[in-house]
Amino acid sequence: MAKEAPVLEAIDQTAPASHSSGPGVVYEWLTTVDHKKIGIMYIVYALIFLVLAGAQALLMRIQLAVPNNHFVTPQVFNRLFTMHGSTMVFFVGIPILFGFGNYLIPLMIGARDMAFPRLNAFSFWISAFGGILLYLSYFAGSGLYGAGSAPDVGWFAYAPLTAKVFSPGHSTDYWTLSILMSGIGTTGTAINIVATVICMRCKGMTMTRMPLLVWLLLVTSCMVFVAVSPLTAAQIMLTLDRYLGSHFFDTQAGGSAVLWMHFFWIFGHPEVYILVLPAFAFINEIVPVFSRKAIFGYSAMVAASVGIGFISLSVWAHHMFTVGMGPAGNTFFVFATMVVSVPTGIKMFNWLATIWGGRVRFRTPMMFAIGFLFQFLMAGLTGIMLSAAPFDWQLSASYFVVAHFHYVLVGGILFALFAAFYYWYPKITGRMMSETLGKWHFWLFIIGFHLTFDFMHIPGLLGMPRRIYTYEAGRGWEYWNLIVGIGAMVQAIGTLIFVYNLVHSYFRGKIAGPDPWDAWTLEWSTASPPPSYNFAVEPNVGSRRPLWDLKHPEDPDSSYE
Amino acid sequence: MPFDVTNRFARITGSEKRASAWLSSLASLVVLLVNARQASAGSPTSIFDPAATPAHSIFSLSMLVLSVTLIIFLVVAGLLLYALIRFRERSTDSGRDPAQVYGSNQIELSWTVVPILIVVMLFLSTTRVIWETEAKPKPDNALDVTVIGHQFWWEYRYPKQGVVTANELHIPISDPHSPTPTYLEMSSADVTHSFWIPRLAGKTDLIPNRVNTMWLDPSEAGLYLGQCAQYCGTQHAKMLLRVYAQTPQDFAAWVKHQQQPSRADLSDQPQADEGRKVFLHNACINCHTVTGTVATGRFGPDLTHLASRDTIASGAIPNTPKQLRAWIANPDEFKPGSLMPAMHLNNHDLDAVVAYLTTLH
Repeated sequence: MAKEAPVLEAIDQTAPASHSSGPGVVYEWLTTVDHKKIGIMYIVYALIFLVLAGAQALLMRIQLAVPNNHFVTPQVFNRLFTMHGSTMVFFVGIPILFGFGNYLIPLMIGARDMAFPRLNAFSFWISAFGGILLYLSYFAGSGLYGAGSAPDVGWFAYAPLTAKVFSPGHSTDYWTLSILMSGIGTTGTAINIVATVICMRCKGMTMTRMPLLVWLLLVTSCMVFVAVSPLTAAQIMLTLDRYLGSHFFDTQAGGSAVLWMHFFWIFGHPEVYILVLPAFAFINEIVPVFSRKAIFGYSAMVAASVGIGFISLSVWAHHMFTVGMGPAGNTFFVFATMVVSVPTGIKMFNWLATIWGGRVRFRTPMMFAIGFLFQFLMAGLTGIMLSAAPFDWQLSASYFVVAHFHYVLVGGILFALFAAFYYWYPKITGRMMSETLGKWHFWLFIIGFHLTFDFMHIPGLLGMPRRIYTYEAGRGWEYWNLIVGIGAMVQAIGTLIFVYNLVHSYFRGKIAGPDPWDAWTLEWSTASPPPSYNFAVEPNVGSRRPLWDLKHPEDPDSSYE
Repeated sequence: MPFDVTNRFARITGSEKRASAWLSSLASLVVLLVNARQASAGSPTSIFDPAATPAHSIFSLSMLVLSVTLIIFLVVAGLLLYALIRFRERSTDSGRDPAQVYGSNQIELSWTVVPILIVVMLFLSTTRVIWETEAKPKPDNALDVTVIGHQFWWEYRYPKQGVVTANELHIPISDPHSPTPTYLEMSSADVTHSFWIPRLAGKTDLIPNRVNTMWLDPSEAGLYLGQCAQYCGTQHAKMLLRVYAQTPQDFAAWVKHQQQPSRADLSDQPQADEGRKVFLHNACINCHTVTGTVATGRFGPDLTHLASRDTIASGAIPNTPKQLRAWIANPDEFKPGSLMPAMHLNNHDLDAVVAYLTTLH
C-alpha cells in the first residue's frame, strides 16, 4: 500500500518485536519500564473497566426502561451510577488516553522511551491498584453498620452526603482512597509526559514541528497539574472529616457544602478537557491522513488548544449555577463558559478546512473520526445551551445534562478512541483490524448511540432529574426511556463486535507492515510493532511531516514552513 | 453485452432496494415522532410549558439559544456533509495526493471573529435574564415561605401565618397587573437537595448551613409537579414536589384551616381516641408534631393536618386510609431506605392509629 519511501530502509526488519511470548512473559510485563508495554497495559486495563462500567450502564437502562420497575433495588441502583461514573472517568477515560499518549509520544518525537521510565511504571501500577481498590469495596465495603457495600454517593460525591453520619461504613472511604491513588498516578504520568516532550525530542523536532497529538497531550498534562491537586486535597480533607473530626465539609459544625463543590468542579471541569483534548489529538492525526492533506492551520490549532487549556480553568462553577452564587458570580461564569466555545469552534473549522479539497478515504478510522466531528458539534451546541445560566437552572441535573455529557464522552471521546484503535492497532500489534467487522461495529454503534443519547435529551426537557432509580408513569418519560434502553443494547452489541475484532485480528489480521495508511508522522517509519528501542538510528526531521518529505523529495513540507 | 445489461439491472434493483429501505426507515421515523408527540404531550413537568414569570423568561431565552445553535448546526454540519461528499475518494482519481494547503490567517481570523460576535450576543441576552430573575427586589406584599429539605421530604413554614406543613406547598396565584409573588427561603436539615418545579421556575439548591432564595408567581390556579433534583441519598427518586397554586380566597381559607390546632376531644370516635393514645405512647412523637398534643418532634413531617393532604411519603403515595396503614406498617415497602422505621404495631393498634390520623383534617 505504501510507496517505497526512503525512510523505510532505515528499519531494522530483523529486530525482535517488543512483545515476546513464552515463559517469563508475565514477569516481563509486570516489571517492564518500556513505554510501549506500559501503554498497552494502560489500554487493556482501561478496556476491561470500560466493559465493566458499560455493563453497569446496561443494568441501569433496564431498570429505567419502564416506570416503577423493580429490576434492581434503589440501593443497588445508586451504587451502579456511582461506580459507573467513577469508573468511566477515573479508570477508563484517563488511563486509556494516557495509554495512547504513553505509547505514541516517544514514537512521534523520535525518542527511545519516556523521560522517566520507572516513574512511568509506578504511575501505571498505582492507578491500576486504585481501580482494583474501588471494586474491592463490593466485597469489603460494608462497615460496622452493615451500610453499603460499593459507594453510593454519586461520582461527584457532594458533601455532606459523604459525611460519616449520612454514609456510615467504609464504602465512601474506598471511593476516596481509590480516587486519591488514581490522582497520584495521573500526576506522575503528566510529569513524565511534560518532561518527555520538553527534553526528549529528536534532532530537528522543534516545538513547532511536533505532531499536534504531542502538543495536545502536553497541554493536557499541564492541566492535570492544576486540576488534580485540588481533588487530591479535597479527598484528604474528606478523610480528615470522616476519621479525625475536622469540619471542612461538616455543615452541622459550620463547615461548607459549597466548598466541596468548588474543590470538586475546579477539578471536574478541566477534567472534561483533560479527556477531550487527547480525543482532539487523535482526530488531528487521523483526519489529515485520510483526507490526504496536511492539517489546516497548524499554529491556529496549537493556539486554540493552549487557549482551551487556560480558559477551561476558569469555567468550573457553571456546574453550580443552581447553588445561589448570586447574579454577579453567575454572569462571570456564563461569560467564561461561552468564550471557551470560540477556540473549540476554531478547531472544528480547521478540521473542516482540512477535509475541504482533500480526497477522503472512508476507512474505519476515518468513519469514527467523522462520527466524532458531527457528534462533537452537537455536544458543543448543547453545551452552549447549558452555559446560558437561566436555561441551565432548568436543565442542570436533568437528563438533558446526562445526554449532553454523554454526547461529549461517548459521541466525542469514545468515537475518537475507536478511531485511534483502528488507526494505531496495526502499529501496536503488526496486524490490521478487520475492516468488515470495523464497519459493522461502526454502524451498530452509531445507530445505538443516536437512539440512546439523542432521545435522552427529551425526558430532561420534560422534567426528569438524573440519578433517580425509578419514576412514575404519566410524566411523558416512559416512551423515551424505553428507546434509550433499546439503543443501549445496540451499542453493547457493537462494542462486543469491537472486542471480538481486537482479539480476532491479533491472531488472524492481515500483516500490516510499517506504514499501512501511507501516513506522515514518525511512528510509521519504524517496524510494526516497533522494536523495544523504537528507532535503530535517531531520526532527523526537517518539517512537521517527516515521512511526507521522504516520500515527496521533490516537494517537501520543509520548504513551506 | 448481455452481461452488462444484467449487471445494470442488478444495480437498479439494488438502488431500489436501498430506496425502499430508506423509505421504510423514514416511515418508521415519522411513526416514532407521531408517537413521541402523543407520549410527551401533556407532560405535567415540561419546561416548554411555562406558567410563571421565571419559567417564562427562561423559555424565551431558551428559544433564542435554540434557534442560534440550530442555525450553527445546520451551517457547520451542512458544510461538513458537503465536503465529505464532494471531496470523497473516487475510483477515477489519479493515485496522487491532492494539493496541500497549510492554512490561511485571514480565514482563521474570520472564523474567530464571527463566533466571538455570536458569543457576545448570547452573553448579553443571558445576563439580562439572570439579573431580571435573581436581582428582582421583593415587593412588600410578597408571601414568605421557608422551605427546608429533609431526607426525603419537604418542610414548609409560613412564618407570618404561623403555619407548618409538609410536602404539599400551597401558594396564592399572582395577578400579572398587581403581582403577589411567593418568596421561598430555602435551606436543608441534612444534605443538599434541589427544588425544581419545571413549569414555574428553574432549580434552586437547598444547602445545609446556607440560605438561598427564589420566587414563584403562577398566574393560573392548579397543581404543579416536580421533584428533588440533587441526589440526596437512597430515596432521592421519591422526594416529589407538589405545588398547589390557589386563588387568593382559596389560599386564605386554606391558611385559616391550617392555623387550627388538632381536635382535643375525640370522645365521639373511640377507635381514634385509642389511636391517639397509641400514637402518643410510641416513638411517633420523637419525630412528628401534632399541635395541641405532646408530640413535638421535628425529624418527620408535621402531622397536625395530615388528612388535609392528597399524598403521603412526599408525594409518593395517595393519602387513603388503606395506603396510610400499609405505610405505617412498613415504610420500606414503598420507599426502601426511608428514614421512618417500621413501628411493629399489632393490627389492632395499627387500625387505631390510622383511625386517629384520618381525623387530623
